[in-house]
Amino acid sequence: MLSKRIVPCLDVRDGQVVKGVKFKNHVILGEILDLAQRYRDQGADELVFYDITASAEKRTVSTKWIEDTAQVIDIPFCVAGGIRSVDDARRVLHAGADKVSINSPAIERPDLINELAKEFGSQCVVIGVDSALQDDDYYIWKYTGSESTAQSAGKKTMDWLVEVQERGAGEIVLNCMGADGTKVGYDLKQLRIARDFCQVPLIASGGAGSLEDFKNAFIDAKVDAALAAGVFHRGEITVPDLKRYLKSQGLEVRL
Amino acid sequence: MIAIVNTGGSNLSSVSNAIDRLDCPWIITQDPDIILKAEKVLLPGVGAARASMDKIIKAELSEMLPRLTQPTLGICLGMQLLFEGSDEGQTACLGMIPGRVTAIPRNEGLTLPHMGWNRLSFKSDSALLKNVEEGSFVYFVHSFQGPINQYTKAATHYGVEIPALVEKDNFFGAQFHPEKSAAIGQTMLRNFIAL
Repeated sequence: MLSKRIVPCLDVRDGQVVKGVKFKNHVILGEILDLAQRYRDQGADELVFYDITASAEKRTVSTKWIEDTAQVIDIPFCVAGGIRSVDDARRVLHAGADKVSINSPAIERPDLINELAKEFGSQCVVIGVDSALQDDDYYIWKYTGSESTAQSAGKKTMDWLVEVQERGAGEIVLNCMGADGTKVGYDLKQLRIARDFCQVPLIASGGAGSLEDFKNAFIDAKVDAALAAGVFHRGEITVPDLKRYLKSQGLEVRL
Repeated sequence: MIAIVNTGGSNLSSVSNAIDRLDCPWIITQDPDIILKAEKVLLPGVGAARASMDKIIKAELSEMLPRLTQPTLGICLGMQLLFEGSDEGQTACLGMIPGRVTAIPRNEGLTLPHMGWNRLSFKSDSALLKNVEEGSFVYFVHSFQGPINQYTKAATHYGVEIPALVEKDNFFGAQFHPEKSAAIGQTMLRNFIAL
């Protein structure tokens, strides 16, 4: 049986790993390679690197640190941030990333999803979705890397999930903005709704604070993977402890 | 020297990095002479079967690769290319191993691609499984699968039984990505290098 994936997310800003609360007040947590190696050794199933300023500042991720990371990391990793063309994605994939994750550029120009899927295959194409509740429905946001640029994209989240899959997305990371950084748990209500709209793997993101939060996302919302940042970076939850707990709850995990 | 056949896929550096970590020399190439003389050959592949076969034919490697006599390992799509044909783009493949690649059946409750870490169940001995425990997790990303047959050395389960490791004569295929399967994948690549 396919195991449930635990995915530490490293928000990268100016070459270092940072973490903010609700996308604000970022503090430096450490060096990219140190943290990546630590999580690999702890048994993380995958890593996601978000260059959180690239999209808002209209630049593409640098590939030097991707090459460095690929040399030492032998688990899959995904890179996000400012990828807005097939050429951008090619540079990132050829530097050694296994997947690219597209968020704001896909909203601006949805054909990019089709182009990436055709060129590299759907398995490389992750769509990151920042979603928030607004007037009784969920809507997607763009440019969420900094508070000054974040804006509603005026599109319903579930409509967007269907569209990105039709266009060739191979995986979806649903970041529930209301929960992000709060440690009150994943937004299970939203994830359950999203699950019904996703035939591709769905990754929960935003709000993890306790071991139970992960279990709930896997069991109640039936997500394929759970992404978290702060709780791992601050050492409040370690990957091995989390996986032992999930196994004790009857979930299939790679120990 | 390991020749890593350049099929234009995007995981070439992942594969070469993994070989680097094992301190083995490698070259990424499409040159038939270099491939023929290499001690071992790796056939990586990410993307679609049809596009990769087109590139192999264009590089004039489609006749030569099936005649290789040194240990040759296809990874992911590279494994699927070892079979006779694929439903992905309805293409002929290289034909070292009998059978046809088909789409993984879409079952209720199972997402596709089959993406993530899944367990190996052993079918019969293979040199590549030395020091690997049955039930170990390896990393898969794919939507198509080869046939289960006498050449299946290890399988995994995702709605149906899927061949994970195949072997016939000097040809080996891994549906998973050993280069992305942490310590277990490294063990298998070390076993391949030691052949």
